[in-house]
Amino acid sequence: MSEREVILEAKDVTKVFRTTKGRPLTANDKVSLKIYKGETLGIAGESGCGKSTFIRMVSLLETPTSGEILFRGRNVADLKGEARRQNCRHVQMVFQDPGAAFSPRMKIKDIICESLRNFNLISPGEVTAKAQELLSMVELPPEYADRYARDMSGGQRQRVGIARALALEPDLLICDEVTSALDVCVQKKIVDLLLKLQKEKNITMAMVCHDIALVRAVAHRTAVMYLGNVVEIVPGPEIGAGELCHPYTRALRDSIFTIDMDFTKPIESIESEAPSPLDVPAGCPFRNRCEHCTERCALEKPKLRTLAPGHQIACHLYDDLPEYAGEE
Amino acid sequence: MLKVDHITVEYDGRPVVEDFSLEMGNGEIVSLVGESGSGKTTVIRAILGLLPEGGEVSKGDILFEGRSLLGLNETELDAIRGRDITMIFQDSGAMIDPTSTIGSQFIEYVRTHEKIGKEEAYKKAAAMLAATRLPDADNVMHSYPFQLSGGMRQRVGIAMGMVFHPKLLLADEPTSALDVTTQAQIIRQMMDMYRMSKTSIIIVTHNLGVAAYMSDKILVMKNGRVVEQGDREAILHHPKNDYTIELLDAIPTMDGEIYV
Repeated sequence: MSEREVILEAKDVTKVFRTTKGRPLTANDKVSLKIYKGETLGIAGESGCGKSTFIRMVSLLETPTSGEILFRGRNVADLKGEARRQNCRHVQMVFQDPGAAFSPRMKIKDIICESLRNFNLISPGEVTAKAQELLSMVELPPEYADRYARDMSGGQRQRVGIARALALEPDLLICDEVTSALDVCVQKKIVDLLLKLQKEKNITMAMVCHDIALVRAVAHRTAVMYLGNVVEIVPGPEIGAGELCHPYTRALRDSIFTIDMDFTKPIESIESEAPSPLDVPAGCPFRNRCEHCTERCALEKPKLRTLAPGHQIACHLYDDLPEYAGEE
Repeated sequence: MLKVDHITVEYDGRPVVEDFSLEMGNGEIVSLVGESGSGKTTVIRAILGLLPEGGEVSKGDILFEGRSLLGLNETELDAIRGRDITMIFQDSGAMIDPTSTIGSQFIEYVRTHEKIGKEEAYKKAAAMLAATRLPDADNVMHSYPFQLSGGMRQRVGIAMGMVFHPKLLLADEPTSALDVTTQAQIIRQMMDMYRMSKTSIIIVTHNLGVAAYMSDKILVMKNGRVVEQGDREAILHHPKNDYTIELLDAIPTMDGEIYV
């Protein structure tokens, strides 16, 4: 596993916003994550956990307050001007709401090829042909090149979003809740398409998703975030399963309603709500809502420790377990 | 208690729900599931007489305790709406006036339907908020909607919807805007309230897991028609309609297939 190529690495990335009254809001607190070539990293968590802030920094839409974002080993967080613009070629994003992601005045072909034109990779005369090629890649008829986004369904627009993001052949494709605005049957088709393209083109993906049942099925590894912190990194299918599990991940798992659940069981969700990101508790961020909370949790913030192959957990519950000594 | 008898709902002459029927007894929970545009919200809006401009029930009838709701005038409807039949919306914050406090609106609502004094109404409202496990009911009463989280606003919506122990509660995607842990809390809250008052519930949801957990009966809708209906066991384990099968197959589960 050690020779796997790291496409992107975040090292202790912190982002602090200031509220209008000057209070600091730590949206990301020393987040460290690696994304490997050809893999999907799932990023799961609820509203306010910092997952969007993280991917916005990775896509250079925000600048970290501290920490490094290494793209193929080179820190890109502080790039400015043309160098920053050039780096945007390598990281492309598909957005949540396909209805809001496109200009209503642009034709689909211009939407899909806009980035290629921006980087002068094709001439104006090549736009139609290139757009048609990209449309067939996402399994849409080539005639759609001359349509407008408003004439398409949500699922079709999301395919256009994927075509646009892949036009530049980026090294990293970021999917920000790409299926949450879609009906479940359409969601499956979009996921199938992404996975097919990933296999064909060896695409590296970061997939932000609040549905851990979906993340479980599509991500090679998943980072679970809570109030700006990564609390667990787990090999995809193992999320929420087995003995080794962060209490928050377990709460997420117990909260979902699936069609194969035990319907006679009472709902076992934690009762309280997540505190505001302005009032993250000292020590472990989850301690106020955790049934395993001890004194230590208030005093000392747990660090991510590798407890099994590819499985890191930040929780004092596992302090007695020895760190797994093998490869990461 | 409720009989929806072969209704067709049209918007400006274009049918959006066709030939919809449903019979419900006291204390039953029914869910309507289906994709966006399948007509599930239109059905419950028709029951409450809340179809938007241009919408009308053009065929069939809706009987509530043997009485047709379609023939009633606004005054007669208002006597039923908000008391015997109530509704919870996707975002209860949006139904509350943003410029006044939860308390003043809750009190106004209670006093619209019951001849009691302000103080008594306040007590009734605060007790109901406390029953939905809102941490500090008095504080919530003095808050504006924007000061509450989405989950808290939904609890306010439930408290308002349940304060008169209605015979029928219509819930339109009550948890769709919420995070999963909050969703679980709200569903649990609705079920607690249900056990307390035995109110019949129609829940509209796109989440088949939620529908299966809550309801005695599930109706699957597509393009304005019910394509399949039955109890949880029948729908989840012996689906007959192609769309139901496709829908079940598309839902990711915690024991399901791994794609990568």
